[in-house]
Amino acid sequence: MQVPAPFQYARATTVDHAIELLNEGGDGARIVAGGHSLLPMMKLRLANFDTLIDINGLHDELGYIRQEGNEIRIGSMTRHRELLESDLLATTFPIFRDAEHVIADPVVRNRGTLGGSLCQADPSEDLSAVCTTLDASCVIRGRDGERVVSMEDFHRGPYETAVGDAEMLVEIRVPIRPGGSSAYFKVERRAGDWAVASSGAAVWMSNGVISDARVGLAAVGPNTTGIPAISEALRGRAPSEELFAQAGALAAQACSPAVDMRGTVEYKRHLADELTRRALRKSVERINEQGA
Amino acid sequence: MTTVETRLTEFTDNNEKPVGYGRMLRKEDPRLIRGQGNFVDDVNLPGMLHLAILRSPMAHARIKSIDTTAAAALEGVVAIVTGADLAEKGLAWMPTLSNDVQAVLATDKVRFQGQEVAFAIAKSRYIARDAIELINVDYEILPPVVDVRKALDPDAALIRDDLKDKTNNHCFDWETGDAAATQAVFDKADVVVTQEIIYPRVHPAPMETCGAVALFDAVEGQLTLWSTTQAPHAHRTVYALVSGLPEHKIRIIAPDIGGGFGNKVPIYPGYVCAIVAALVTGKPVKWMEDRSENLVSTGFARDYIMNGEIAATKDGKILAVRTHVLADHGAFNGTAAPIKYPAGFFGVFTGSYDLEAAYCSMTAVYTNKAPGGVAYACSFRITEAVYLIERMVDCLAYDLKMDPVELRLKNFIKPEQFPYTTKTGWVYDSGEYERGMRLAMELAGYDELRKEQEEKRSRGELMGIGVSFFTEAVGAGPRKDMDILGLGMADGCELRIHPTGKAVLRLSVKSQGQGHETTFAQIVAEEIGIPPSDIQVLEGDTDNTPFGLGTYGSRSTPVSGAAAALVARKVRDKAQIIASGMLEVSVADLEWEKGSFHVKGDPSKSVTIQEIAFKSYGAGDLPEGVEGGLEAQICYNPSNLTYPFGAYICVVDIDPGTAVVKVRRFIAVDDCGTRINEMIIEGQVHGGLADGVGMALMEMIAFDEDGNCLGASLMDYLIPTALEVPDWETGHTVTPSPHHPIGAKGIGESATVGSPPAIVNAVVDALKPFGIRHADMPLTPSRVWETMQGRHVPSI
Ligand SMILES: Cc1cc2nc3c(=O)[nH]c(=O)nc-3n(C[C@H](O)[C@H](O)[C@H](O)COP(=O)(O)OP(=O)(O)OC[C@H]3O[C@@H](n4cnc5c(N)ncnc54)[C@H](O)[C@@H]3O)c2cc1C
Repeated sequence: MQVPAPFQYARATTVDHAIELLNEGGDGARIVAGGHSLLPMMKLRLANFDTLIDINGLHDELGYIRQEGNEIRIGSMTRHRELLESDLLATTFPIFRDAEHVIADPVVRNRGTLGGSLCQADPSEDLSAVCTTLDASCVIRGRDGERVVSMEDFHRGPYETAVGDAEMLVEIRVPIRPGGSSAYFKVERRAGDWAVASSGAAVWMSNGVISDARVGLAAVGPNTTGIPAISEALRGRAPSEELFAQAGALAAQACSPAVDMRGTVEYKRHLADELTRRALRKSVERINEQGA
Repeated sequence: MTTVETRLTEFTDNNEKPVGYGRMLRKEDPRLIRGQGNFVDDVNLPGMLHLAILRSPMAHARIKSIDTTAAAALEGVVAIVTGADLAEKGLAWMPTLSNDVQAVLATDKVRFQGQEVAFAIAKSRYIARDAIELINVDYEILPPVVDVRKALDPDAALIRDDLKDKTNNHCFDWETGDAAATQAVFDKADVVVTQEIIYPRVHPAPMETCGAVALFDAVEGQLTLWSTTQAPHAHRTVYALVSGLPEHKIRIIAPDIGGGFGNKVPIYPGYVCAIVAALVTGKPVKWMEDRSENLVSTGFARDYIMNGEIAATKDGKILAVRTHVLADHGAFNGTAAPIKYPAGFFGVFTGSYDLEAAYCSMTAVYTNKAPGGVAYACSFRITEAVYLIERMVDCLAYDLKMDPVELRLKNFIKPEQFPYTTKTGWVYDSGEYERGMRLAMELAGYDELRKEQEEKRSRGELMGIGVSFFTEAVGAGPRKDMDILGLGMADGCELRIHPTGKAVLRLSVKSQGQGHETTFAQIVAEEIGIPPSDIQVLEGDTDNTPFGLGTYGSRSTPVSGAAAALVARKVRDKAQIIASGMLEVSVADLEWEKGSFHVKGDPSKSVTIQEIAFKSYGAGDLPEGVEGGLEAQICYNPSNLTYPFGAYICVVDIDPGTAVVKVRRFIAVDDCGTRINEMIIEGQVHGGLADGVGMALMEMIAFDEDGNCLGASLMDYLIPTALEVPDWETGHTVTPSPHHPIGAKGIGESATVGSPPAIVNAVVDALKPFGIRHADMPLTPSRVWETMQGRHVPSI
C-alpha cells in the first residue's frame, strides 16, 4: 500500500461552502472530486497538499446532463459513467460515448468526474480533447461570481488551468448546432491505458458540404490541441477521402508529440493523421445516417 | 482425448467430487473468494511496529553521508537504521542464492535505482513512510552502466568494487554443448540463418507484493517470521546460516500467498531488515512493499540478448543450433536457480528437435539495475530457451519459404527415440510431439486459417498465424545434480490418517495460488480412497511441515506430487497389514479396491480404509510387528526432471492503419502427463497464456540512460487484462512420465514458456508482406508500426 503524507480533510456541503473552504485554505488547499488523478499522485508522493476539500457531497448539485436551449450543460461532478450512459449525450454528441468507452476502466469511471478530468489538464486526458473538439466553454465560480472561458483559454499548459486558487469549475457548456455529428478514436497499448494518441472530430454539414468541422487531439502535445487549420481546410468542401487525408496530414503537422514508452514521435504523428481521418469519416457517416 | 474451453456450467461441483483425480472446485477458494484468506499483510500483532525502506533515487552513486537526525526526531519514530548500523552487526551484506553477495543496506555505494539505503521503524506505516523522507543522503553521482552491450567496455564504470580484485563488470561465463562438433555441422549445412533475438527484462508483478512480519521472543530466543516466500524451509536454513540464530529457534510461516511466479523465491533485504528491526526493538515489526518498490527492486526476469544461429539442409532438416547470449544480471547476481546451473535450464534451447549438434556460450555481466534473473514462471530460463529456438525455427521457415508447421513436423524427436538425450545432455523422459501438433492444427483448423490468410492478404489485410512447440524441463532435482546453496532439491511429505479416517497431509512446497490444497488431496485420495474433502493439506509453516525446497520451476507436482503418492502408498501398505489382521487372511490374499481391502474372490469380506484407521488406533492387538497409528513420511528425490510439452497456435489481426495487434484466437494443446484436476490445469494454462500475451505485446522493464526504471508502476509496466486476451481454446494429450509414480508432469509454467513465441511468430507472420522476419518484444503498436516502416525498433 502506497501512503500519502499527512493532510487535513474537509467535506464541502454546497458549492459556496467549497469556495469558502478554498478561500480559507489558500494555495495549500485542493479540491478532491473522483480522486482518480489526485490520490495516485499523493500516494506516490509526487504531490502533497495541506488540505483536501472533498466535493463528492456536491454530486446532487453538480452532477447533471441537461439541455438548455441550444446548449448541453454538464455539471462538473458528473461521473464518467454518467457521461457514458447518457442517451441525450449519445444522440447529440456521440463523441462522448466513443471516448468514455476507452477511458480507463469501470472502477475509475464510476468515480472519476468531468470536472476532475478537465482540471487535471493532463495532455493525454480524453475529455479535454472531446470538449476542445466540441468548442465547449467552462464555467468557473469563485467568491465574486462566475466567469465563462473557452477551452482554448481554460488550459494554460500541462497540468495548468484558468481555475484560480479559490475557484472551482462548476459546469461545461456545449453548443448544439444543427446537422452535426462527432466521433472519437484512440489508440492505447492496453485497455485502460492512457492514449498513445487520440483524435476527436465534430462535423456539421448542410447541402452536402461541410459547413464547419473541428478536430481535437490528445497525447500529442503539451496540451490537448484543437487545430483551426483543419477547420479552415474543411469548411465549404464536400467530404471525401482526399479531404480527410488532407486533414490528417494537417493534424500530423500541427501536433508536437514526444517519445516515451507509448511510442515514437513518428508513430504518434502517424496516429494523429490516421485517427483524424477515421474520426472525420465516422462523423460524416453518422450525419448521413441521421439524414437517412 | 481433447477438451475445448471449459465453461462454468460444466464444473463438477464439490457435492459430486471425485475420490481421486477429476474435475472439482478448489477447496481453498471459498476462503479466498470470501476475503477470508490470511496473507502476510493480514497478520497484526499486539504492539506491532512498521518498517519503511528508503531507496536510492540514483542508479549508481557513492554515499558520502547520511543524516538521520530529523527522521529520528519525528514523533512516532522508534529507530532509524542505516547500512553503517548493520555493518556493526556484520549484517550489511548477505549471500544471494547464486553465491554472490548483495547489500542489505548500502554502505559504500548504491548500485541500482531502488536499492535499500536505510529504514525507519515507527508506530504506523504512515509515520515510517514520512520518516524516510526526512533522511538526508548526500550522494556523489557515478556514471551508471545501463546498456548491457557496453558493460564490458574498458571505460565502463566498475560496479562491484566491493568484490576483491574485481576490475570489470564481468559476472560469469558459461557454455554447454560441443563447439567444435557444432562448427563442423555448420560448415556442411546448406542453409545457415542468423538472428539476434532480445528477450527484454520483464517483471512477475504478483498481485501481493513482498513483505514480512518478524516477531522475536527474547526469552525463548525464538524468531517467527511470517513471510511471502515460495520456499519457507530453504529460507529458514539461509537465515540460520546468515544470522547465527539456531535453526530450531526460527519458524517461517508462509501464510496465503497472493501470487509468486518466482518473485518470492529470493531472500530480499526487506526480510532481513524486518528481522533486524524485531531484534533491535524487541517488538513485532511489519514490512510490506508498495507496488513501486516491488517493481523496481525485486526479482526481475529474462534480460537476455541472444544471437541465434540455425543450420539446416535446403529441404528443411535442422542440423544444429548455436547461440551466444549476453545476460544482464543487474547489480548483484541474485538468480535463484540450482547452483550448478548459472543460466538455469537454458541448456534445453535445442527444443523439441532431433539435432546433430548444439552449442551455447554465455557472458553474464553486472549493470546498474535491480538484481534477480529467474522469475516469472520461466522454469529456470526455459522461457528464453524456447523463445530462442521457436523464433529461430520460424526464421528458418521464412528463409526456406516453408510452412512453419511442416518444418517442425519434419524435425520433431520421434516417440520411439525417448528417452532422448539432447546434444546438451538433457534426457527427455517421454514425448509424442507430432500427436500434439496435429491436434492443435485440427482444433485451430490450420489449413482453413492459411486459406483465410491468403484471401485477406490479397485485400491488404494483415492476419498472422503463429505456431510454437515447446518442451519443458521441470521438477528439480535430482539432488545429485541440483541444489540451492547446498540444499539438495528433494522434498519431504507426511501423511497421517486420524482414527475416524480423516487425514492430514504435510507438504514442503507452498502454493501461491496453484491449488495445492485440492490437487494434493486428490493425489492422496486416488491412492487411498479417502475423499479429498476429508484430507487437510498443510504447507508453508516450517514448524509443522517436512523439509523441502519449495514451489517454483513447476516442481510441486513432479516432486511433492510424487512424494504425496508414495507416502499414501506407504500408508496403504501398512493398512493392508492391519486389514489382514482384521479379516484374518494373509496380506497376499487381499485385494485393494479404491477405499477398501477385500478378500480375493470374496468381495463381501472387506474393510474400509476408515475402519482400518480406527483399528490402527483402537483397542485390541495389531498384527505382529505393526506399530499403532496410521501414518508415514518420506522424502522424494526425483530420478530425473519431467518433460511436459505442448503445441500452441495463435491467430492475430493487425490494424494496418494503427498497427494495433489483436489476438483473435489462441489454441493451446498441453501434455502434462497424467491429469489430476482438469480445472486446475486449465486455470494454470489460462494464466500462463495471459502472461504470454503480456510479454509478447506490452510488458517491459525499461531504463533511461541514467538508469531510471521506467516501469515503476502498473501505469508504466502494463499487464494484460481480460480485454487483451481471447477465449482460450485448450486441448490436451496424455503422455505419462515413465519415472514419476503417477506419471504426472508439471503444468504451472508451460503456458508462460510456450505462448510468447506463438504470439510473436503470429505477429511476424502477419507482417510477412513487409518482408519482415523478426521483431522484438514487446510488440506495442508503436514497435509494430516502426517495424512496418522497416526501421530499427527503439530501445523503449
Ligand atoms: C487507472 C486509471 C486509468 C485512467 N485512464 C484514463 C484514460 O484513459 N483517459 C483519461 O482521460 N483519463 C484516465 N484516467 C483519469 C481519470 O479519468 C480521472 O478520474 C480524471 O482524470 C480525474 O477526475 P477525478 O474526478 O478523479 O479528479 P480528481 O483526481 O479528484 O482531481 C483531479 C484534479 O482536478 C482538480 N479538480 C477536480 N474537480 C475540480 C473542480 N470541480 N474544480 C476545480 N478543480 C477540480 C483537483 O483538485 C485535482 O487537481 C485514468 C485514471 C486511472 C486511475
